[in-house]
Amino acid sequence: MNLRRDVFQAIADPTRRAILLLVASQTMTAGAIASNFNTARPTVSKHIQILTECELLHQEQSGREIYYHLNPAKMKEIAAFIEPFRKMWDDRYNKLETIMKKYTPKKNK
Amino acid sequence: MELKTKINAEDGKQELTITREFDLPVELVFKAHTEPELIEQVMSNPYATAKVLKFEGKKHGSYQQQSTDSKGNVVFKANGTFHEFILNKKIIRTFEMENAPLGVQLELISFEKLTDNTSKLTTHIIYESVAVRDQVLKMPFAQGLSMAHDRMQEIMNKLK
Repeated sequence: MNLRRDVFQAIADPTRRAILLLVASQTMTAGAIASNFNTARPTVSKHIQILTECELLHQEQSGREIYYHLNPAKMKEIAAFIEPFRKMWDDRYNKLETIMKKYTPKKNK
Repeated sequence: MELKTKINAEDGKQELTITREFDLPVELVFKAHTEPELIEQVMSNPYATAKVLKFEGKKHGSYQQQSTDSKGNVVFKANGTFHEFILNKKIIRTFEMENAPLGVQLELISFEKLTDNTSKLTTHIIYESVAVRDQVLKMPFAQGLSMAHDRMQEIMNKLK
């Protein structure tokens, strides 16, 4: 199966966002990450794999353990990605707010 | 500065939700969505003038709108049908951008009163597929890139 490995898809999932938040503060092993979730370990592993494949997480071998840490450069890429869409709506709603604050109902209604 | 508008687009889903709290009574937010003159004001920008061609704000009613650039070229045209139209509460409608390969989307728009002077707007949009949703999400990003590229091109042309 040809899965899309696009950073945008990667952060759309709540579990994966939570993993990124965890790893943002410290490097962690897969086991340590999984212990923060009620989800089955293989599911968490799958999420870590996806995040690694799209380079949001970097792996680092230390003895027998593999540690994961955040790739801040890639994180910046994501922020830039969805932001324009959000900005477009925010601009539109800001404008709506400005227009409606000045709005006075028509008299003959 | 923190944007007031939030977007929730979960992985692998063909939908997204846009939420926004307004410093306005719910009645005015609803009005801005349902009075052609106000829709035109909100949708117009320095590059394009929006015009509501048709607006039947009622169940089974339909709407049509377009935007033209300064030369009068139509740059955006869209239409849809209302499936629910409840004053100051809810609008369910379809939305289709004409001449764009994005299909028809279903929009469930909820208007919620928070206090007398504040309200919350939730726009839940369901697309034909995950791929279409992702394409829509990326469009402003792509446009931004292309605009930046155009600006760069303009500057470069002047240097020639």
